[in-house]
Amino acid sequence: MTLWLMAGLLFTPLAWAVLTLLMNFTWGRLVTWVGIVVQVLVSLGLWLAVSRDGGFYYGLGGWEAPLGIELRVDGLAVTFVLLTAVVASACGWHAGVYIDADKPWHRYFWPLFWFLWSGLNAVWLGGDLFNLYVGLELISLSAVGLVALGGKAGALRASIRYLLAALLGSLAYLLGVALIYGQFGTLSIAGVVFWLEEHPVPAGSSLALALMVTGLALKTALFPLHRWLPPAHGIAKSPVSALLSALVVKASFYIAARLWLELGEPLGNLAAAQLVGLLGSAAIVWGSWLACRQLELKQVVAYSSVAQIGYLFLLFPLTYSVSESVTLQAQQGITLQVISHALAKAAMFLAAGNLILSTGSSRVDALKGVSRFLPFSLFSFGLAGVSLMSLPPSGGFAAKWLLLQASLGSGQWWWVLVLLVGGLLSAAYVFRIYRASFLESSETDHFYHPPRSLEIIPMILALLSLGLGLVSAEVLSVMALPFEEEGSP
Amino acid sequence: MTLNTWIPVLALMTSLIASLVIFALPEKGYRLRTAVNLGAALLKLGLVVVMVWGVFRGVGYGVSFTMVPGVTFVLKADAFSMMFAGLSAVLWLLTTIYAVGYLEDSPNRSRFFGFFSLCVASTMGIALAGNLFTFFLFYEMLTLSTYPLVVHRGTEKALKAGRTYVIYTLTGGAVLLLAIAWLHGVVGDLPFREGGHFTGSDPDIHRSLTLIFILLVAGLGVKAAIFPLHGWLPQAMVAPAPVSALLHAVAVVKAGAFGIVRVVHDVYGVDASSALGLLEPLAWLAAFTIIYASVRALWQVDLKRRLAFSTVSQVSYIILGVSIFGPVAAVGGLVHLLHQGIMKITLFFCAGNYAETLGIHRIDEMDGAGRRMPGTSVAFTIGAFGMIGAPPLAGFITKWTMGSGALAVNMDWVVVVLVASSLLNAAYFLPVLYRLWFRKPAAHWPHERQWGRLETSAWLFWPPLLTAVMTVMVGVLASLPFSPLSWAELIVLREYSP
Repeated sequence: MTLWLMAGLLFTPLAWAVLTLLMNFTWGRLVTWVGIVVQVLVSLGLWLAVSRDGGFYYGLGGWEAPLGIELRVDGLAVTFVLLTAVVASACGWHAGVYIDADKPWHRYFWPLFWFLWSGLNAVWLGGDLFNLYVGLELISLSAVGLVALGGKAGALRASIRYLLAALLGSLAYLLGVALIYGQFGTLSIAGVVFWLEEHPVPAGSSLALALMVTGLALKTALFPLHRWLPPAHGIAKSPVSALLSALVVKASFYIAARLWLELGEPLGNLAAAQLVGLLGSAAIVWGSWLACRQLELKQVVAYSSVAQIGYLFLLFPLTYSVSESVTLQAQQGITLQVISHALAKAAMFLAAGNLILSTGSSRVDALKGVSRFLPFSLFSFGLAGVSLMSLPPSGGFAAKWLLLQASLGSGQWWWVLVLLVGGLLSAAYVFRIYRASFLESSETDHFYHPPRSLEIIPMILALLSLGLGLVSAEVLSVMALPFEEEGSP
Repeated sequence: MTLNTWIPVLALMTSLIASLVIFALPEKGYRLRTAVNLGAALLKLGLVVVMVWGVFRGVGYGVSFTMVPGVTFVLKADAFSMMFAGLSAVLWLLTTIYAVGYLEDSPNRSRFFGFFSLCVASTMGIALAGNLFTFFLFYEMLTLSTYPLVVHRGTEKALKAGRTYVIYTLTGGAVLLLAIAWLHGVVGDLPFREGGHFTGSDPDIHRSLTLIFILLVAGLGVKAAIFPLHGWLPQAMVAPAPVSALLHAVAVVKAGAFGIVRVVHDVYGVDASSALGLLEPLAWLAAFTIIYASVRALWQVDLKRRLAFSTVSQVSYIILGVSIFGPVAAVGGLVHLLHQGIMKITLFFCAGNYAETLGIHRIDEMDGAGRRMPGTSVAFTIGAFGMIGAPPLAGFITKWTMGSGALAVNMDWVVVVLVASSLLNAAYFLPVLYRLWFRKPAAHWPHERQWGRLETSAWLFWPPLLTAVMTVMVGVLASLPFSPLSWAELIVLREYSP
């Protein structure tokens, strides 16, 4: 059973990718919609299996670590697998209606979409550093391809820039992996932890961790390495922007977080942890400030991603040499932030796409009077905004509450200020959009109405991100399940 | 899961579901929307009446579940929550009737009523919240759902007011969140409890408790419009009259005042707050706000702005009442939560009627309006005399109870404040009444509309008259059971002898 689920998560997306590569847009869409149903069922199956029996290590194809593909199937991993299934299927569904079938190059959307999904699953489940690298590269390359589908000269420029950043990040990461292999003789994260229990920390292994985290921070667009993100996310087609902001940046962050949680205590130090937190805070302030000043709607949303990513990096200081309860709170808070931002940002980009379709302009001030004619998409945008402003009852609020508790509990009160100011700054850019849409213009109002299905998808995602706060205890309880150590190195 | 756990949830859901249904209805579905609105308002009123009777007999209504690890979401009905819930349920019904008439033929009604119901759902949640965390949830929801109502007209001026409103309230919300999270970090998840939690608490945490109290009051004080955090309220008067009436005179400012009373009575406890030395400064601040806002009201020429400053002043009566350490004064403060709501909504309804029927916005345009609109003007007069504190109206009961309560605990200066405030109230209301009844009307009203038989539309005519009658009744019948005064006595009895 487990074998089938694993194969279903890692290899069937590749099969869909190859299949859609051979087809035109319309057939690709049909295959994808069938594939989405299959993938959602498989993801749900694994989540149910783990939430019933707890997590486990799994050596794919019967090869055990350190040789084979080692998978770490725990509550966190399956939660993200399920999140990916939800967000990706929403984007796939939306894209099928949104993307215009006439342009010949648009048919490549489907294979790239499936390569991306497969890479994401590989990252969530991967247990060793090299397989994580493979997953990461699969994600980056398909993401770059998806940005380039935008077709305009600007899209090409943005995607080249994105490609350079992604390659540079991969290089740094790979260098770190090589150092780890040289020092510990294993690529499995669990193997390294096991080795460190028996031996003293070898000199230079901090450098390996620093290289890997820096490379991953570049891929996650942590301030000041964020410059590639807004052009790429802003110019891509809306479903693509949604995928990139919701999931792609989370994958590299997920690896960085895993590394830090397992290896941070022995290999990291306090100054580094505080520095990363400081950069995260700078991202929150700077990203929000720039989001307030953008003239284009999607650029506002893209800069908001830069800011929201900053919150994630507060994980580093809040889990370094603090009590166990604070570590747990910080981990739970960050996990909720990842999930709620993924849902809210996907909803926001898709809704922004609808608003742009209906006004025919990508500018913020073109939204005048929209609240009268397109309340449904605007409402989705607004609800997603509630989560970004981390106001109750959204998942963003639950995350902020846990992070506040973690900061107060560890005596690091300066992050409290960052969290509160960050919330107010995000309100500034979200309310700017509300304000523009409530303005009544004297000009004639003629708005194009997008198809109903395009409007429903962002609403579902926005409602999920809003309702997440109410059920966050249940969502987090899956992560606290016992982890069965069978098959560990 | 018995019926008793579900009644508070249902009371919350009536307006929440009404809001969702209204959003889904097409703009033209006028009759159906009105039916949904009034049906939900009546249903909610029924549920509140059931709960009031139950709470009186000591039945517990409540539901709770763990929302985020470490904190619970609690809905619970106690005597104090029923006071606020009752206020908002009764006035929601009347304001809905009023708003249907007021917004006849104007655009975006579906949006308006959707958010309007959402606001009422939020106030219901605030009333029924069983701990600070749950309170905060609905407190922020109220901010978000009132914004679209403030900017409803979509003019530059409305959007500017909306911006001020949001900056004030969200910043206040952030301070409040900090305080609640800090308190949670220090002492854990505390349910609201009559008598509070901190009587005889560990002296080590007294300094934190004092700081947290200041932050809590600062956060809540924005909505309660305590000086110097009151700046948003007069600006927000650009909103349509029903919004000013229900939200700014009743729901939003009351949410802040209600929160402060909750903190003093049910989180800290009066004994502990007094022992920490927190009540006296709060009393002085409230007293200053009362006088300051009354003085400011004197100079306002716009009718709604004058009423807004009057609101700022009157809401601080509630805070003054609870911050005097003594049961009788506390009764005076609590009862004003209801009395001020009823009186002020009357005045705002009337202001809306003058604006809609005759186009009157400024006080100097009101000359002789009493003869043109006698029903509305009688209601306005009763409301104004109630505010001044003329016996036997609602305001008199408040001031009398509060004054005698202050004398009982030797805080004579409070009586001076009350007398000064009453004189100021008279000074800014009597000239308006003089213009209404004794001046000759101008040749033309600024913008007159004819509505048929009555002086104005029937939807607009009856609500202020009804609330005016209530203003008289709560004063005359104050000693009957279930009058606001008796109910406030019940709350204070449970607080001072838990």
